[in-house]
Amino acid sequence: MSTRELTCVVCPGGCTIVVDVDNDETPVVTRIQGNNCPRGEAWARQEVENPMRTIASSVPVRGGDFPLVSVRTLRPIPLTKIREVMEEIRTLSLEAPVEIGSVVLASPAGCDTEVVATRRVKAAAPCAGA
Amino acid sequence: MNVKTLETTKRDVVVIGGGPAGLAAAIAAKEAGCGDVLLIERDRILGGILNQCIHDGFGLHTFKEALSGPEYAARYIDRFHELGIEAMEETIVLSLTSDRVVEVSTRGTLRRIRAGAVILAMGCRERTRGAISIPGNRPSGVYTAGAAQNFMNLENIMVGRKVCILGSGDIGLIMARRMTLEGASVEAVFEILPYSSGLPRNIQQCLNDYDIPLFLNTTVTEIVGKGRLEGIRVASVGEDRAPIPDTERFIACDTLLLSVGLIPENELSRDAGVAMDPVTGGAVVNDSFMTSVDGIFACGNVLHVHDLVDWVSVEAAEAGKFAAGYVRSGREASSCRIPVRPGSGVRYTLPQSVSGERDCILSLRVAAPWRNRCIVVKSGEREVARKKEMRLHPAEMIRIPLKKEALSGCSSLEVTVE
Repeated sequence: MSTRELTCVVCPGGCTIVVDVDNDETPVVTRIQGNNCPRGEAWARQEVENPMRTIASSVPVRGGDFPLVSVRTLRPIPLTKIREVMEEIRTLSLEAPVEIGSVVLASPAGCDTEVVATRRVKAAAPCAGA
Repeated sequence: MNVKTLETTKRDVVVIGGGPAGLAAAIAAKEAGCGDVLLIERDRILGGILNQCIHDGFGLHTFKEALSGPEYAARYIDRFHELGIEAMEETIVLSLTSDRVVEVSTRGTLRRIRAGAVILAMGCRERTRGAISIPGNRPSGVYTAGAAQNFMNLENIMVGRKVCILGSGDIGLIMARRMTLEGASVEAVFEILPYSSGLPRNIQQCLNDYDIPLFLNTTVTEIVGKGRLEGIRVASVGEDRAPIPDTERFIACDTLLLSVGLIPENELSRDAGVAMDPVTGGAVVNDSFMTSVDGIFACGNVLHVHDLVDWVSVEAAEAGKFAAGYVRSGREASSCRIPVRPGSGVRYTLPQSVSGERDCILSLRVAAPWRNRCIVVKSGEREVARKKEMRLHPAEMIRIPLKKEALSGCSSLEVTVE
């Protein structure tokens, strides 16, 4: 058994939550203390047993007014899957134009989410000097 | 070219800066009935720093969802265009006078604009190595965190492979994660203060998630490298924040990112004779966000550095609304001035005066981290407002609503932590 101290991020209150954890390989929460609300308890349990994260990256775009389009996972993914999802994002490359919200990758690394574009990249205007 | 011969055009509201503050101010001015709003932006696109902030967490208060920076900006840019507001991109303001004459350089031509009201929304810039005087060589590989973020997220340039970060503000933390995800090795983050100035969620999600160590009470004492950065010397600091000599150690790295504070960009404001607050580094304003110069308003990070963009947008919308009102009536909304002063435990309060003629929000920052304290607003011995806070942190802005009724009869206000 071990003890972990977390700063709750559910609201600006920022409670210090102390969590007793059984079995560090696949952590199981046995006791939660220090939270001032049930949301904090749920968050702490999730955070220890299966932390979820939204991640952002960028993907190269050909023929756009910017060389990159920023992307993110639409829903959080398990922390343990981040590396794998990043590997898949790294293989992508797109053609302009790209719209905000367009899906650039479905169920990355088998996760229940999509990777979506978070900015608009217009097709580049023909270069005056070319 | 003789600028004095320039033809002068008249505009009702001129907004300087097209980031989150400028966009929200311009939109609000237009929505408040001002038909003639012009926004001036030096970059080629609107959105300001949000364009490079590709991580999520923006808009939780305003839109009740966690957007990335570009998505948050797009909501305002779309509204801006829907309203048919004019923007001059790739345009830099050269000067601003106290009678609101704005001289700009735009795509090779100079123009002069006489504004009915000016809204300052220029944002802030990062403190650099020079600003904190780190000794040593001058190799490449030393960047401000925001410059590195711009290179990586907008220009597709990877700035380094083995990285140290000085300063644990949110931008530094965000970049620690970003560089890790892009394959760099982030060795450590160093913070001279005994606490991080970043949000707890960023400490967890940007450092702890990737086993990046954070060393508090530690600073960089020397930059080492010829041509490219080869490493840095770091040392623990005492209570006086001076390095303790025998704690110094060398860390090999090719990149040092600096996240050591932001400075409101107020050169134009000073040109125009706007009175400045030495603590915020921004203008002194009243509760209509008007500065000491008639008809010149300020909002967003040029006024005081915010923690959340949502509050920038809210504040800027107020400034925009009051600027439109000023143009309509030809004078300020009120002449009454009740000074607001920071007292014990409070670093600054904003606005620096209130009219007492309307409800308003006091923004403030505390001087040190505390738990379970109250922010108290008093007029003499009389309590005007009180807000209990479970957690107070200097990195987080606190907002306290003041009711018009509670302000009647007040001659001055003091804000303290109890």
